[in-house]
Amino acid sequence: MKSSFNNRPMTPAAKLLQATYLVLLVFVLVAPMLGLYPVFVMKLLCFAIFACAFNLLLGFTGLLSFGHAAFFGSAAYITGYFIKSQNFTPELGILAGVLGAGLIGLVVGYVAIRRQGIYFAMITLAMAQMVYFVCLQAPFTGGEDGLQGVPRGALFGILPLQSDTALYYLVVAVFVAAFLAISRIVHSPFGQVLKMIRENEPRAISLGYQVDRYKLLAFVLSAALAGLAGSLKTLVMGFATLSDVHWTMSGEVILMTLLGGVGTFFGPVMGAGIVITLQNTLADKVGSWVNVIIGVIFVLCVLAFRKGLIGELQAWLERRRAAAAPKV
Amino acid sequence: MEIFGIPHQAFLGQLLLGLVNGAFYAMLSLGLAVIFGLLGIVNFAHGALYMLGAFAAWIMLDKFGISYWYALVLAPLTVGALGVVIERLFLKHLYKIDPIYGLLLTLGLALIAEGIFRELYGVSGQNYNVPDLLSGATNLGFMVLPNYRAWVVLVSLVVCLGTWYLIERTRLGAYLRAGTENAPLVQAFGINVPLMVMLTYGAGAALAALAGVLAAPIIQVNPLMGSNLIIVVFAVVVIGGMGSILGSILTGLGLGVIEGLTRVFYPEASSIVVFVIMVIVLMIRPAGLFGKEA
Repeated sequence: MKSSFNNRPMTPAAKLLQATYLVLLVFVLVAPMLGLYPVFVMKLLCFAIFACAFNLLLGFTGLLSFGHAAFFGSAAYITGYFIKSQNFTPELGILAGVLGAGLIGLVVGYVAIRRQGIYFAMITLAMAQMVYFVCLQAPFTGGEDGLQGVPRGALFGILPLQSDTALYYLVVAVFVAAFLAISRIVHSPFGQVLKMIRENEPRAISLGYQVDRYKLLAFVLSAALAGLAGSLKTLVMGFATLSDVHWTMSGEVILMTLLGGVGTFFGPVMGAGIVITLQNTLADKVGSWVNVIIGVIFVLCVLAFRKGLIGELQAWLERRRAAAAPKV
Repeated sequence: MEIFGIPHQAFLGQLLLGLVNGAFYAMLSLGLAVIFGLLGIVNFAHGALYMLGAFAAWIMLDKFGISYWYALVLAPLTVGALGVVIERLFLKHLYKIDPIYGLLLTLGLALIAEGIFRELYGVSGQNYNVPDLLSGATNLGFMVLPNYRAWVVLVSLVVCLGTWYLIERTRLGAYLRAGTENAPLVQAFGINVPLMVMLTYGAGAALAALAGVLAAPIIQVNPLMGSNLIIVVFAVVVIGGMGSILGSILTGLGLGVIEGLTRVFYPEASSIVVFVIMVIVLMIRPAGLFGKEA
């Protein structure tokens, strides 16, 4: 089964896709030289990882988590705490954040998979709110102020990350690794089972799959990757605050994924790019209207293009190909 | 006199506060359950509608001098009408697709409403005075009972039981329940289901707004008051299960009381106790205390 995937000759569309990815990667690599503010691109890439991690669950397993801020935010805090107060090196701080997020994901996932559909969303939301209150009150999170002034340190203790350029290439490398990892997970036999659960859960059960285990593993993977995004964000921005773990952050990651295209590979990256760019450019000019605009985008997405930008593009290409194909 | 080592006045005070919160949980989760039953939509905007109710009352008093007693009727009517518009404009397009989209759309609406009111009034709260008739407190001998709090509990109990009676004991309620079970069949019997659905959402919105008006004199009226509450109400709904009306009333009141007691004995945990209970209930009875489905 595996070999048939790998040996299949590439279709022109797949070649085009690969070429697009390469062009984008080259663009990201030279972006700082083109005058793009590196911290902005790094922030964008962190949220792109977050959205891709979320999409692993919603797009490829069919589970809507409304609590992903819990993993993103708690990892941001854990990494900040270990780097700032325990003098961890960045990579160990990130590792701690990822493990912490994965562990919280294990607990939340274990409870949430007892219910399906809309209840799943409500339970994850409620449990994430619990994490929020813990972060608000715990002694090491800095309460309302959050953790400020987290140093970037030196990677493995030898490679200093103070310069934006050094950190930039680290973030790009982590993003590419996370993107490829998610793609690998989705295309693995495990990923195929996840898709089957998304399409028809009773059937998966009747075929003898222990559906709950697959769901839980997908949930933990998604939570850990969301944690990776949060940890990296702390390293880039130098702070972890309550807004990282607030439910609106869970809403934002849903919006990014929905806007770009649920269940597509590149959609979440694009959605993250649009939302972060919007917030960055509009925040100083329009204040609270940013939330109104985000709300409007939500409404438009749900009413007009549920497949998202990439999803609609794919559907359009599909229709065109079908129209061009000779009728039989 | 002391109860479990706590001065009994403080104890009963928190108990009453819990009961008041529980009354709000009950009213909101009731509306959520009715809307979910008929529309299949988890109304994230419920918190925003509650906020709008409180703001409507505040604006009526502040700008137009309309007193609390009129606002008690006018604010729910206004917000209910808004609910009808929302249903016609947005929600009716979503009935045939995955319920997740209903949640996301109403989330978008909630963000819009919150954003607009934050822009207009900032995040600090607006004061709304307790109406003269209900200000002050009554000394019951064993405790001093603030009149307004007693009024809130009383009104919400009447409203909740009235809703229960309407749904479980009247012909209209029978149509509603039948529509929840099988809408096309009810439609085939000549009942205007789309109209019923529209009015149900409007009524749910009005109920949330009424809770908002009742809350206005107790808490600061601010744009974020709804979203903070709605997440707890979601947990209440998960705990109670959406199967039964009386179930959601009891669950709401009970959890409010438990929360109040937690504030007495272990204040640090009072903001998360409802969520902890949710986890325990899910472990023991995944369908919720009064839920029917597996």
